[in-house]
Amino acid sequence: MNKELVQKIKNDPNYQELVSKRSGFAIKLSVAMLAVYFAFILAIAFSPATLGTPLSANSVTTIGIPIGIAVIIFAFILTGIYTKRANSEFDDLNNKIKNSIKEH
Amino acid sequence: MNRTILFLILGSMAVFASGAIEGEVQKQALNMSAIVMFLIFVSATLGITYWAAKRTKSAKDFYTAGGGITGFQNGMAIAGDYMSAASFLGISGLVYMKGYDGLIYSIGFLVGWPIILFMIAEPLRNLGKYTFSDVASYRLRQTPVRTLAASGSIATVVLYLIAQMVGAGKLIELLFGLDYEIAVILVGVLMILYVTFGGMLATTWVQIIKAFLLLSGATFMAVAVMAHYDFSFGALFTHATELKGIAIMSPGGLVSDPVSAISLGIALMFGTAGLPHILMRFFTVSDAKEARKSVFYATGFIGYFYILTFIIGFGAIVMVFKNPAYLDVVKHAVDGTYPILGGSNMAAIHLSHAVGGDFFLGFISAVAFATILAVVSGLTLAGASAISHDLYASVFKRGNVDSMKEMRVSKIATVILGIVAIIMGIMFEKQNIAFVVGLAFAIAASANFPILFLSMYWSKLTTRGAVAGGSIGLLTAIVLVIISPTVWVKILGYKTAIFPYEHPALFSVVAAFVAIWFFSITDKSQSAKEEQEAFEAQFIRSQTGIGAEGASQH
Repeated sequence: MNKELVQKIKNDPNYQELVSKRSGFAIKLSVAMLAVYFAFILAIAFSPATLGTPLSANSVTTIGIPIGIAVIIFAFILTGIYTKRANSEFDDLNNKIKNSIKEH
Repeated sequence: MNRTILFLILGSMAVFASGAIEGEVQKQALNMSAIVMFLIFVSATLGITYWAAKRTKSAKDFYTAGGGITGFQNGMAIAGDYMSAASFLGISGLVYMKGYDGLIYSIGFLVGWPIILFMIAEPLRNLGKYTFSDVASYRLRQTPVRTLAASGSIATVVLYLIAQMVGAGKLIELLFGLDYEIAVILVGVLMILYVTFGGMLATTWVQIIKAFLLLSGATFMAVAVMAHYDFSFGALFTHATELKGIAIMSPGGLVSDPVSAISLGIALMFGTAGLPHILMRFFTVSDAKEARKSVFYATGFIGYFYILTFIIGFGAIVMVFKNPAYLDVVKHAVDGTYPILGGSNMAAIHLSHAVGGDFFLGFISAVAFATILAVVSGLTLAGASAISHDLYASVFKRGNVDSMKEMRVSKIATVILGIVAIIMGIMFEKQNIAFVVGLAFAIAASANFPILFLSMYWSKLTTRGAVAGGSIGLLTAIVLVIISPTVWVKILGYKTAIFPYEHPALFSVVAAFVAIWFFSITDKSQSAKEEQEAFEAQFIRSQTGIGAEGASQH
C-alpha cells in the first residue's frame, strides 16, 4: 500500500465512519462481556456464598446455576449481535471504501 | 495391528461367554461395538485423508485447506478444536467431582470467544497468511518477533498435546484393555498420518465430523439423564446432593481466593485468543465476513456443549458415583472412598454405559477417541506451521524458500512433534488433564496474546518492546507454573510451593503488557520510528482487508 493510497483511504469519510463506529461498538460489547464475566469471577472469589444461595427455601438449586448458564447465553448473544451488524452495516461501508479505490 | 484387534475381539467373546462382565474384569472386557465404531471412524478419516492428500498440492493448501472453508464449517471445526478430550472428559469429570466448580471452568473457556470476535478475528484474517506470527511480525523485524511468537506457539501446543495424550491413554486403557503406553503411541501414529498426508483439509474435515458426532452423543446423554428426572433440574440436583452433599451446588475450593479466581479468568479469556491452533483456523476462510460467522457458530456450539457437560457431570454423580459397576474396588478396599474405574476423568464414559448400555458406551468411547485424534491433529499442524513457516521459511531461510520445500519441512516437523507428544503423554500420565490445559492457556495469554493484540492496535509498538515483553511474559508464565503448587509440590515433590497460586496469568499477562509498553516507548532507534510509521498502512489493511487478497496469493 503506497503513501498516496494510505492518505486517500485515511481521508475517506466512509473509512473514518467505519473505524469509529466499529471500534466503538467492539469496545462497548467487549466491556459488556468483561464486566459480566469478571463480576461473576469476583463474586466467586470474594463471596462464594452469594452464588450458593438457594433459589427457594426447600430447593437445593442455587442462584449460581441459572446465573452461570445466563453468562454462557449472554456470550453467544453478543457474538450474534456483532456479527449481524458487522456483516451488513460495516461491510457495506467497507465495500464503499473498496469501490472508491477502484474508481481512482 | 489387525491380528491384535482380532485377538482382542476373540478374547472379549470368551469373556462374554463366561458371563463374567462385572467387577475387576470390566476393566479388560472388550466392547465389540466400540471397536467396530472406532474402526469405522478410523477408516472413514483415513479415506478423507486420502481424498485431502490429492488436493493438498501447495503450502497454502497444507496450512489453510486452500482458504475455501465456509463460516459454518469453520465454526464447527473451531468448536471441534475446542471441544477437546480435556473439555469433554476433564470438565464433566470436574463437575462430577466438584459440581459447580466445573461450570466456572466452562464459562471461563467460553467468554474468550466474544473478545476474539470483537478484537482479533478480522484484523487477523486481513493481515495474516498462515500463522498468527504473520500478524505479530507484520511491521516488525521478522527474525526476533517470529522466533518468539513461534516459541510461544510451540510451548502452547506441546502443553495442550500432553493433556490430549493423557486423555487418550486413559480412555483406550479403560476401553480396550491396552497398555497406556501403547494407546498413546497409537494416537500419535494416526495423528502423524492425518496431518502429514492430509494437511489442514483433512484436519478440518476430521474435526467437523467429530464435532457433529460429539454434539450428538453428548445431547443424547444429557437428554437421557434429564428424562430420568422428568426433565426437572431440581429433582436431578436434589438426588445429586443426597449422594455428594450440598457443597457441590456452590463455588468451592477450586477457586478459593480472589487472586486465583482473577488469574484463572485472565488465563482462560486471553489464553483463548492466543491459542495458535485456533487462530490458524481463521486463515482457512475466504474473508472477514466468513471469519465473523465462524466465531458466531463456534460460540453457539461450544456454549451448548458446556451446558451439556454440566448435565453430564451431574448425571454421572447420580448414576455412576457409588455404583458398584463402575467402582474401583481395589482402591475402595484400601481407603474406603468411592473412586471410579480409570479416575474421575472417566465419569462421562461410565455415564454413557449407564444410560445407553454397551452399544452407547462403544459409541461415546469411539467419539472420545476421535475427539482426541482430531484435536491432536489440529494442534500438531499448528505446531508444525510454527516450525516450518515461522522458524524455517521466514527466519532461517528469510522467506527465500519454495512452497514444496516448506511443506516438506512441515511434514518432518509433524513427525517430530508426534514423537514428542507420545513421550510427554507417557510422562504426564498421573496429572489432572484440566489443569495441564490451564497451564497452556497461561502461556498463550502471557506470550502470544499481548504481542498479537498490541501489534494490531498499538502504533507505538516496536520490535524491542515486542521481543522483551513477549519473552518476559513467556518466562514469567513458565517459571511461575514451575514454582506453583501444581508442579513444585505435586510433581517435583517439595513440601510447599514458592508461588502460592495455581494460575500465574494475572502476574505474567500484566508483566508482558507493562514490559512491551516500557521497552517500546523507550526505543528511540531509527528502526523503531519506521515501525511506528508503518502502523497506519497496517491498520488500514487490518480494518478494510484492502491488500489482503493479493497477499494470500503468493
